Amino acid sequence: MKTSTLIILAIICAIIFIAPLAMYHGHGEDDGYFGGSDDAASEAIEATHFKPWFSSIWEPPSGEIESLLFALQAAIGAIIIGYFFGYWRGQGKEE
Amino acid sequence: MHIMEGYLPLQWCIIWFVISLIVVAFGIYQIKKIVDETPESKALLAVSGAFMFILSSLKLPSVTGSCSHPCGNGLGAALFGPAVTAVLATIVLIFQALLLAHGGLTTLGANIFSMGIVGPVIAWIVYKGLIKANISSTIAVFFAAFLGDLLTYVATSFQLALAFPAPTFGAALSNFLIIFAVTQIPLAIGEGILTVIIWDRLKAYKPKLLDKLGALAPNEA
Repeated sequence: MKTSTLIILAIICAIIFIAPLAMYHGHGEDDGYFGGSDDAASEAIEATHFKPWFSSIWEPPSGEIESLLFALQAAIGAIIIGYFFGYWRGQGKEE
Repeated sequence: MHIMEGYLPLQWCIIWFVISLIVVAFGIYQIKKIVDETPESKALLAVSGAFMFILSSLKLPSVTGSCSHPCGNGLGAALFGPAVTAVLATIVLIFQALLLAHGGLTTLGANIFSMGIVGPVIAWIVYKGLIKANISSTIAVFFAAFLGDLLTYVATSFQLALAFPAPTFGAALSNFLIIFAVTQIPLAIGEGILTVIIWDRLKAYKPKLLDKLGALAPNEA
């Protein structure tokens, strides 16, 4: 694919994820927007009067620590992909 | 698609664990075989796992006004098939269960079943079907990733409706499908596009390796 096609695809992708932010501009967690679907499902389960019988052995103590660990997760993935793509690209150029 | 720690009755935890354990064990055997036969594919395995690591950490907003995350399971499924992808998903899910309290150890089997088995199986069938019909692997991988992502969430909805059929199975299923699957549609399209971008680069850098793994359409090889 041409580089321009790849850039257009990346832009389409960005629009898909920016659109909801524009659509629900001004709304937030307080009025029920942008919550996680996993949490919504947990609430639906609790509504059936089910009592969770086990809780996580460790939880991030705050939202800050949680975002740290999520960023770490993404960074680990990005380093690996970046390393191999850079390596392969250099390899191709030498050949 | 993460079912939270302790949010599934014990018998369902056991059922999904047993099914997932069998598939993951077979996946580990397959990885050994692939790595023995084609040692260069180790790097591709790492990239597939890393792609899942990134995508499942991104909580993205959807047009329904709630947030969810893509899975990244279509890439591994297209390259290596569902069992290997189940092993990669297990690594991601254990990381999230232990460090992020996202998902859990009791629900690990259920979460592997949706993200590591159902999604990848669908992605793999779609991918193989399309490239057999000589459709470009880049287009095939879009549909594989899109459906792999979406069906992962459909699987979670089924799992929860089976465990909590209140008031009826059908009503519970449609409730969970609204929470999960509808939110997931735009995210799945995004995941499809991201997978296409990665795939395009893989095809440019490692065409021979992809061909050796049988991951290209006959007319691309």
